[in-house]
Amino acid sequence: MIDRILFGDNQFFAVNHISDEKSRAQSIQFKNDDAILKTLDHAREAGLNTFMCTTHDRISSVCDVIRKNPIKYENYKIFPCMPYAHKYANAVTELGITGTIKQYVPGNLFGSLFKGGMAVLSKDYISLIELMIDAEMKMFKGIKTPVIFLQNVITDLLIGLKADEILMAFYNHVRKKHNAEPGFITMNMPKLYEILERNGVENPIICSSINKVGFRMSGKVEAYEEILRTKRGRFLAMQVLAGGAIPPEEAIEYICSLPNIESVLFGASSKRNIESTVSYINKFDEKHLTTAMAS
Amino acid sequence: MIKVALVGAGKMGVSHLSILGAHPDVEIVGVCDTSKIVTNFLERYSKLDCYSDFGKMLDQVKPDAVFIAVPTKFHYQLIKMAMEKNIHVFAEKPFCLNTTEGRELISLAAKNKLVNQVGYHNKFVGTFKEVKRIIKLGMIGEVFHFVAESYGPVVTKPKQSSWRSKPEEGGGCLMDYASHVIDLVNDIVAPITEVKGATLKSIYSNTVEDAVYSVMSTTSNVSGILSVNWSEETYRKMSTTVTILGSKGKIISDANELKLYLKDENKEDYTKGWNVKYITDLTEQVNFNLRGEEYSAQIDYFVDAVMNRKPNTINTFQQAWETDKVIELLKRHK
Repeated sequence: MIDRILFGDNQFFAVNHISDEKSRAQSIQFKNDDAILKTLDHAREAGLNTFMCTTHDRISSVCDVIRKNPIKYENYKIFPCMPYAHKYANAVTELGITGTIKQYVPGNLFGSLFKGGMAVLSKDYISLIELMIDAEMKMFKGIKTPVIFLQNVITDLLIGLKADEILMAFYNHVRKKHNAEPGFITMNMPKLYEILERNGVENPIICSSINKVGFRMSGKVEAYEEILRTKRGRFLAMQVLAGGAIPPEEAIEYICSLPNIESVLFGASSKRNIESTVSYINKFDEKHLTTAMAS
Repeated sequence: MIKVALVGAGKMGVSHLSILGAHPDVEIVGVCDTSKIVTNFLERYSKLDCYSDFGKMLDQVKPDAVFIAVPTKFHYQLIKMAMEKNIHVFAEKPFCLNTTEGRELISLAAKNKLVNQVGYHNKFVGTFKEVKRIIKLGMIGEVFHFVAESYGPVVTKPKQSSWRSKPEEGGGCLMDYASHVIDLVNDIVAPITEVKGATLKSIYSNTVEDAVYSVMSTTSNVSGILSVNWSEETYRKMSTTVTILGSKGKIISDANELKLYLKDENKEDYTKGWNVKYITDLTEQVNFNLRGEEYSAQIDYFVDAVMNRKPNTINTFQQAWETDKVIELLKRHK
């Protein structure tokens, strides 16, 4: 069961889709982990008990606090999203692809691959990915992580490369080894749905941009609406405010009117913004429920 | 449908492959790279035919177009080889290591009537496109000064190991980061023709510069300041900002947000005083999105040009060569 509202982490890591200035202000506001924890508490007070976050280094300190306060965070869940792509992207620019793998892959599996004249067998790529998933999951030990997501940069890269097997390797490993449900973040939801369906995934968990202005909804908005209307899946909407381009109330009214949106993901820095977004979602959910019951 | 091959499956190359793979009018017929670790992956999972010899690949798969995403040092040789075989070329930036080589390739492209494009993707970013339009329409009057900046966290520790740390292969902040900003100014203001002073500073690297600071001017006598630093860890990723001052207004724009100040009167839907537009208002949707619309948009544009559906006028070799010229001017200050 995925909560109706998920709290995101972009604001903590200066990810702002429309303003570099706001990004900097957020970097300053969330310099200390206490500020992150305080905002998570505001979100919890507003009823948000799922934190969906990247596997950023700083999240490990958040995890430490959660582990140390088991009573306070009894029902708290984290949905990790991996990998934290900029870490790897910057490393690739500096070290190249091979150098990056050498730096980040734990253990000596890769060392031995390089020594062996790079005779890489297909099986080893999958083992490599499994090792990387396990490494990213280490910081969450002892914390409830019922859903684990693959970040959109990787999901979308694999969609374009038609590397279905790798997407499925993530899917299978998360289920088997981490006893969690795999989820995918994407900017190309209809294309991803088709791939997962073709590979026999039923009722997939997909998180994608869904908003009234069609921002970051690649392909056709109609294709998104068609999937929501006709397919089985747990669809999570992110970027519902389109980075601030749509007034919150209007943005949320639209999201709540769509069929089959399991959850709404949003992030906010202030208590006031958290509370108002939650209250809009509750308001429009109730309205739709009432209308549905009346008809 | 066009047949496309690619050489250089590094960070940009793999990103291009993914976008090409999702393109409805493209068939990827071959990939060339020297790294077995990459080609084995692409053969096994993407079912692509991979080669380690570029010439052999071109002869065997006979592509209509080729993407060249190898280190800059090899651009000249590979682009020439492809164009002599009448193959359209999309090359990564910067264009060439020197202007003599670049000039030769421009003539070859013209002679063989080939589509030629370089990967300066900022030209496909909605905010920067709008900046160009605003200036062209004279909305901020006569432009007299620019400040062009770009910062990001590429080299934040004292160590180096890839071709980007080798100046002779096209490494360094000037070729990698500053080229983007110079190209943008050349396009939206006017070509930069004079470097009045410059500092190429090493911060963590021993062999290349990590920052470029310069005072320059353009053909139209606009003065400007360039400030680029790839060892800036206060930025999460590369962030480019242009500030342009004109007699009737001012623009400050990055890839997300465009701020326009109009001194005396309303223009179109912009009103006197400050106006703000966001990338959300200025982005055209693409068919497939991998880490940003502009990367798909530039490939869509190239494919359209090869298929004769669009003119080949954005990011041509000629324009990229103008950027190489400025890089040459800056190098003299090393």
